[in-house]
Amino acid sequence: MSEEQIKNLEAQFEARIARDEKIEPKDWMPEKYRKTHIRQMSQHAHSEVVGMLPEGNWISRAPSLRRKVALLAKIQDEAGHGLYLYSACETLGVTRDELYEQLHTGKAKYSSIFNYPTITWADIGAIGWLVDGAAIINQVPLCNTSFGPYARAMVRVCKEESFHQRQGYEIMMKLANGTPEQKEMAQDALNRWWWPSLMMLGPTDAESVHTEQSMKWKLKRKSNDELRQQFIDQTVPQADLIGLTIPDPDLKWNEETGHYDFGEIDWDEFWQVVKGHGPCNKERMKARVGAWERGEWVRDAAMAYATKCSEQKEKQAV
Amino acid sequence: MGTKKNWPLWEVFVRSKNGLEHRHFGSLHAADAEMALENARDVYTRRNEGVSIWVVESKNITASNPENYGELFEPAQDKVYRHPTFYDLPDEVKHM
Repeated sequence: MSEEQIKNLEAQFEARIARDEKIEPKDWMPEKYRKTHIRQMSQHAHSEVVGMLPEGNWISRAPSLRRKVALLAKIQDEAGHGLYLYSACETLGVTRDELYEQLHTGKAKYSSIFNYPTITWADIGAIGWLVDGAAIINQVPLCNTSFGPYARAMVRVCKEESFHQRQGYEIMMKLANGTPEQKEMAQDALNRWWWPSLMMLGPTDAESVHTEQSMKWKLKRKSNDELRQQFIDQTVPQADLIGLTIPDPDLKWNEETGHYDFGEIDWDEFWQVVKGHGPCNKERMKARVGAWERGEWVRDAAMAYATKCSEQKEKQAV
Repeated sequence: MGTKKNWPLWEVFVRSKNGLEHRHFGSLHAADAEMALENARDVYTRRNEGVSIWVVESKNITASNPENYGELFEPAQDKVYRHPTFYDLPDEVKHM
C-alpha cells in the first residue's frame, strides 16, 4: 500500500471516530491504534486480576457473613472484569498466552495501587471506597470509547462496579461509628490508601505522554489532573460524613475555583512502585505466576479429556 | 504426546428473563461445550441475567467482512418502499 493510500485510510479512520462510530476488530486500523489498545486493555485486564490478590487476603478473616459474601462477590466480579477485558483485547490478534507472558515477565504493567499490602480489615473498606472510586471515575468515560469491544466491556464493568464502592464505604462507615479502636483502624487505613489512590489516576498532565492521541481516539475524555480533581472533590465530603480525616494538611476548599486545593503528591514513590520496588510487587507476581504454573495440569487434563470424548464420539458415529 | 492444544474460544449468547432473543454477551476459553456453558453461567450471569445460554465455538461463526459492507448491503439502500412512511394516506384513515 502506498503512503498516500495509507494517509487516506487514516483520514477516513479518524473521521469515523470523530463521528462517534465504533471501530470493530475486523475494521482497518492504524498499527498504532491496534498497539495502543492492546497495551491499554491488557494492562487494564492485568490490573483486575492482580487486584483480586490484596482483597483475597481477607476472605478467611472477614468479620461477619455479610462482609464475607460481599467480599467474595466483589472478587468474583474482578475476575469477570479481567475476562471481559482479555476477551476484548484478544480480538486485536493477540493470544491469552502472550498476554500472560507479558504480565509474568514484567513486560506489561498493572495498576501500581495493587502493590500495596492489606494490613487490616479496614484496608478492605478503604480499597472499595477509594480504589474502586478512582477506577469508576476512569471507567465511566471509557463506556464511550471508540473501540467497540472495549466500550462494551466497560459498560458491563461499570454496571457491576457500583456495589464495589458501596461495599467499601459501608465497611468504613461501620468502623468509623464503632469503638475507638475500630475508628482508629479505619483512619489508619485511610491514611495509607489516600495518596496511592490519587496516584492511580496517573501522572500529572505535564508528565503524561499519551494524552493527545488518547483523546482523539476517545480513550480519554478528561486529563489525569482533571480526573484527580474530580475524585478529590467527590471523596472529601464522603470522609467528612463519617468523621474521618483525609491525611493532607494542605487540603482546603477553594471558594473561588469551587474545588479542593490539595498537597504535593510524592511522585518518587509512584515511580518506584511502577518500576517494581513497591511493598508487594514481588509477592503479587509470585502469586500470579505460581497460580498459572500450578494450574497447568488442570488445563492440560481438561483438554485431554475433551479430546478423548470427542474422539469417542467420532468412533461411535462411524 | 503431540503438540499442546489450547482451549478453544467460545462466543456466549444469553437470553434474559424479559428478553426476546439471545444477545451476544462476550467470549471465553473452555476445553469443551459443557465447560463453556458452565463458565458462561459463572461469568456472564452472576446477577440472574439469563434464562438461556448458547455457546458457539468462535470458529463456527461466519461474519460479514466490513470491507464489503457497501456491496453487501447495497440492495436495501434504494428501497424506501419497504418503510410505512413511503405510503401516503389521509389523516382520516384510522388503525393503519
